[in-house]
This record gives sequence, structure tokens and C-alpha cells, in this order.
Amino acid sequence: MYKIIRDEKLTDNIYLMEIEAPRVAKNCLPGQFIILRSHSKGERIPLTICDYSKERGTVTIVFQIVGAGTEFLANLKAGDSVQDFVGPLGRPSELTDMPLSELKNKKILFVAGGVGTAPVYPQVKWLNERGVMADVIVGSKTKDLLIMEDMMKEVAGGLYITTDDGSYGDHGMVTNSIQKLVDSGKKYDVCIAIGPMIMMKFVCKLTKELDMPTVVSLNPIMVDGTGMCGACRVTVDGEVKFACVDGPEFDGHKVDFDQAMKRQQLYKTNEGRAFLKAKEGDTHHGGCGNCGGDQ
Amino acid sequence: MDVLNRVPVREQEPKTRAKNFDEVCLGYNIDEAVEESKRCIGCKNAKCIEGCPVAINIPEFIGHLKEGNVKEAFDVISESSSLPAVCGRVCPQESQCEGKCIRGIKGDPISIGKLERFTADWAKQNGVKPQPPKERIDKKVAVIGSGPAGLTCAGDLAKLGYKVTIFEALHEPGGVLVYGIPEFRLPKEDIVKKEIENVLSLGVELELNSIVGKSVKIDDLFEEGFEAVFIGSGAGLPKFMGIPGEQANGVFSANEYLTRSNLMKAFDENSTTPIMRGQKVAVVGGGNVAMDAARTALRLGAETHIIYRRSEEELPARVEEVHHAKEEGVIFDLLTNPVEILTTDEGWVKGIRCVKMELGEPDASGRRRPQPIEGSEFDIEADTVIMSLGTSPNPLISSTTSGLDTNKWGCIVADEEMGLTSKEGVFAGGDAVTGAATVILAMGAGKAAAKGIHEYLQGKDK
Repeated sequence: MYKIIRDEKLTDNIYLMEIEAPRVAKNCLPGQFIILRSHSKGERIPLTICDYSKERGTVTIVFQIVGAGTEFLANLKAGDSVQDFVGPLGRPSELTDMPLSELKNKKILFVAGGVGTAPVYPQVKWLNERGVMADVIVGSKTKDLLIMEDMMKEVAGGLYITTDDGSYGDHGMVTNSIQKLVDSGKKYDVCIAIGPMIMMKFVCKLTKELDMPTVVSLNPIMVDGTGMCGACRVTVDGEVKFACVDGPEFDGHKVDFDQAMKRQQLYKTNEGRAFLKAKEGDTHHGGCGNCGGDQ
Repeated sequence: MDVLNRVPVREQEPKTRAKNFDEVCLGYNIDEAVEESKRCIGCKNAKCIEGCPVAINIPEFIGHLKEGNVKEAFDVISESSSLPAVCGRVCPQESQCEGKCIRGIKGDPISIGKLERFTADWAKQNGVKPQPPKERIDKKVAVIGSGPAGLTCAGDLAKLGYKVTIFEALHEPGGVLVYGIPEFRLPKEDIVKKEIENVLSLGVELELNSIVGKSVKIDDLFEEGFEAVFIGSGAGLPKFMGIPGEQANGVFSANEYLTRSNLMKAFDENSTTPIMRGQKVAVVGGGNVAMDAARTALRLGAETHIIYRRSEEELPARVEEVHHAKEEGVIFDLLTNPVEILTTDEGWVKGIRCVKMELGEPDASGRRRPQPIEGSEFDIEADTVIMSLGTSPNPLISSTTSGLDTNKWGCIVADEEMGLTSKEGVFAGGDAVTGAATVILAMGAGKAAAKGIHEYLQGKDK
């Protein structure tokens, strides 16, 4: 069992938890992820690492309720434990591999969307600790769904917030913000975009036009997370890759996003069904698109 | 008594079992076991022992069964095997012990597998456990992986008195016994769990959720005070065919499909892990894993096809599995090879385009090489395709351990006698070394490595 040290509700359906997992904390780096199971009958949920403390032996995760598994997790509190917590999985961000001298000359732009802000944070923090100040764009649907603004402000060079509805920061999509920064004369050697698949797709479309190398972090369906099942396969530059062992970060200009988005639909109805069933109990009679209740 | 024919074993009716996940084979009762054991002539120079990768003294244990002394029979098996209830169920006996049985020259060989299974099940029901060591040796050994290789190596070392810790990547111990082989062939609660408890009762420690190469590295284990390491991390990444349409929704590796059903219990309606319940499922491949996937899909309610490019004779699966699959209604499309997976506009599988094959000259493996018949393309309707084509080695350990040699396929290089690798104090065996093979071969390798580790650690003292 792995003890929850701290829990925090960030917005309506996004939660933060700091969990005791010394082996993971000792060996993890920005860009990697973990898999957890809340209880002995729960599913394996892959989540990106948001922060870690090697001293405390803890790893911080941020998650959004998307189904029955994450809803159960959200109801746990500090002092409770999760059944299983395994990692670090995947390869660390390429930045962590670069010699510091090289890194110091890099102009880096992060683009975070929604809950994707969480995995961006440890990378920006890691760079900050090495004296590299990166610019960060954070996009959110609306002001109430914006997360980790203060934490990000502390470690970022420039922080540019934009909301789809204009309720806070700039009004518009993250692609507008990228364009604006570039138009204002900023130059970037690399862009790291993490967020919903559709956001990453459009960021990559733009940065390709801008000739800005772009790294994305994919979060496809997974089971074991160690390369055994192949559920997370994605096509990158015409080659099949497993996101769990070859990724999760890939060259965004080479990812087949349309295929990846189709693959994400695979269990959506099942997942949605489990969520709706749990939420609505006996009153559930449709709306999930799968139970036939609508017909 | 009919000495030429084996005592038949009771099984669930094919029509009934095709709809449930309960065990297919019901095993012998004591009367049947004693009767079958009496057919054994107790060869002095027993060929069956040579056929067994862990060299169980088969005539001796069967000799005890003849007298009805099941506990004594169990003690004999326990000297050589840590997982008899598993082996009695999943070993390919026809090509091992039973394949060498003298009785088999004229008539049926002795049903050694079923007798082993009976003995192990009896011991479980009667609370008989393997004997813990009398003396402890104050040396720590790390075993990576809790599948058949790891459990055997750990069990043998613990019996010698070593302090053994098993590191398991998943949330449950058992490796392929838990994620790969289905419930109807190998019950998890009653058999696998109990067998693992027996190994742990010898004093073996278990650390779950620990991926060696990620959560901890082999060099860290030496720093933590382990004096030897056994790598039994198992098979690796699933292979795909590389044909068009393979990334469509509804194409799975057998590993994924079986892991969802077996480890995550997705066959159970109450499980939170989803599995695709197709109407028409095509499984590509002809090994035991393909049979397991096909029979799982069948039980989940699908019309199920096995697509295999060679003929029935070349099917690598155990004879019993093929026989059971057929009885249950799995359709075999032999001498057939997929060339493309057909998809809908939304990216879902709607069929599989195949080509007819014929067998040509024997290839390097000695099997006749299948070659496509020109212009013979045809389509099979399917909403789910399960690829069961074997695996390629997982690089997680080899890529994070200095001085550990791998061969050109990426398998860890280890000698057969002792499991020695190129790195001092590190031993390896099972699928991580051989590529995908059987439970019992992995156990044989685990056993060899336990012997190797014992010799290494004894030698270190001098």
C-alpha cells in the first residue's frame, strides 16, 4: 500500500495528490509517468508525474475525473492509501539528457493544455533549478478550470495564460498565443506541448509552419506500462512505437495524430458507461451511448 | 485392468464449458489415480525423467501412488518442482515425460501429467506443504520476475536456506501464470495463488510493483546487499505483422487481450477494466497463446476463428489445447495468412483479407515453408483481430545494466547449465533468455540457475 500524504482539489474535477513511493521518487525524472490502482479490484490508471521529492520519498500526481477509476481515487484523502503505485515508467524528457552547457543556450517554449499543465510543471521546474528559464503558455477552457498558476509562475520565465472563453488571461486557443509570441519577435529552439490530443495536433501544425521543433507527450490507452501489451502503440514517422517504453514523448511533427485520436475512442463508451453507471446507479437509463437506453 | 489404455480423465462438457470460465479438465480422483499409476512399469532406467526439464523422479512418485501414499508421492515431486499443480496442467507432456514413456510404444503412455496434478491438488486439499529449510544461509539473492522461472529459482534457493526476495513488476505475483494463461486452464485462486503461497512459505520475500531497470537497477540491488541476481523477467514486447490496418480499433495483441481478461478479470462483468466483446473474432497464430486467446473470445460470446499459415500438423500448441478448442467450437482456418486488416471510415475493424497458403520445401526450422497461392485472396468478416505471433525481448533490463550481453535478437545471453551471464553475480533464464517458450522450460532454467547461484555463492566464501 502507498500512503497519500497530501490531497488537494484544484478545480471542479481536477485533483492533486502527493503519494509515498520511495523507489519511484528516487529514480524518476521529468517526463516520466506512473501507473496506480486505487483498490484491489481497480483498473491500472497511467498518470504523468507532476512533482517529486527525493528527500520525502514522495511523488505528486494530478488527475482529472474521467471514469469510475479516477472518481474512486478522487474520493480518497490524505492518510488513505492506494493499493498499487508503480514507476517511473517511460523515458525521461530529452532535456534531462542534454549537457547543461548546451541546455543553457536553448530558448524553450512549453505549451500546456488543461490537465496537461501537470506534466509540464516538473520539466519547467527542473530547468529553473539549473538556471534555465523557459517560457510557458497555459491554455484552459475557462478561468475556473485553470490549475497550478502560482506554482508555474514561480518556476517559469514568462507565463502566458489564455482561456477559450476569454474569462481570464488572453482570449483564444494556445496556438494564438504561440503566434503572438513569435510575432513579437521571440525565437524558440524547441517547443514542448502537452495537453489534449487535438491541442497537440494543432500546435504541431503551427510549429511546423514556424519551423519550430516540437516534442509532444502522448497518453494513449495502456494496461501494463512495461511494453508487454502493445495497447499504447502509436505511429511515429511511419513506424509503430509503444508509448510506454519508446515514449511518452515523441517528435510531434512525426506523430500520426488522427490515428492516435481514433485509438483513444476504443474504450470510451465502456469507460463512460462505467462512470455513468456508478454515478447514476439504478437511475441510469441511457446517455452513455452504449447501453441502448436511448433507443 | 486395461494396461494399453489410460484411465480417461473427466472434463466439463464442451457445450457447457464454452460458456464459462471454470476449469475444463476436472482431474483424477484417488481411485482413478491409483488405477492409472498401476499401469506404470517402474522402469529402472526411466526415460520419462530425462524428458522432464526439472527431472522429477517420476517412477518413484508413481510408485507411492500405486500404494495410495499420496503424501510420499508429493514429497518426491517437491524435491524437484515448486509448481506441480501448475505443471500437471500446462506442461506439454506429450513431447516431454509422456513422450518418452515405454508404455507409449504400444498403447497410451502413462498419464504422468494428470497424476502429478492429482498429487499436487491432494496435497493442497490436505494442507501438505513443502518442507522449509533446516538451516539458513545468511546471504541475500534477488530474483527478478515471479513467473515460472523466478518462482522455481526462488523456491530452490529458499530450500537451500538463502534469503530470497522476488521483485515483480505487476501488482500480482505469478507472471504468465496470472496474466497469460486463462482461468479455465489454470485456476488463479485455487491453484496459482496457493502454489505461490507455498513458495513464499519457504521464507521468500515478495516486492510487488517493482520494475527492475526502472524502479530499481541491478547495480542498486548489489548495493542493497544482494550477492546474486537471477533475471527471469519473461517474454517481452508483442510482435505485429506489419500489414495495413493493424493500428485500427479492434486489433489487439494476445498479450493485451489476455492480460485484460486474466490479470484484470475483464471477463467478469463486474470488473472495472474493459475488454472488447466482439461478435466475430479472428486470432492470428497457432501457439498455446493463440488457443488461449481464441477460447477466451469464444467464452465471451464470439464466433472465433484461428488463422494459421501452416497446416494442422505444424500447429505449435499442445495437442490437448487444439483438441479442446475444436470441441468448444473454435473454427480453424489453416494454410491461411492475413495480408490486410479491413477497416471502417471511423477506424474500426470490419474484416481481415487473407491469402491461401501451400507448403513448400522445409525451411531452417525443418518445417515446410508456407508460401502464398497467387490470386487466392479472400475476406473473413471480423470485428476483432488478435495477433498472437510471439514476442521480442523487453530491453528494460538489458539497456539499464552495464556488462550484460545480449544476442542479436536482444535476448540475454546465459549458459544452459548454470544460467551464468556475462556479468558477475548475475544469472538469467526463461523467456528473457530463450525468447517465448513454455512454463516448464522456464522452470528448468530457473532450477539450473538456482544451482549456478548456489555454486557461485559457495565459491565466493573460499
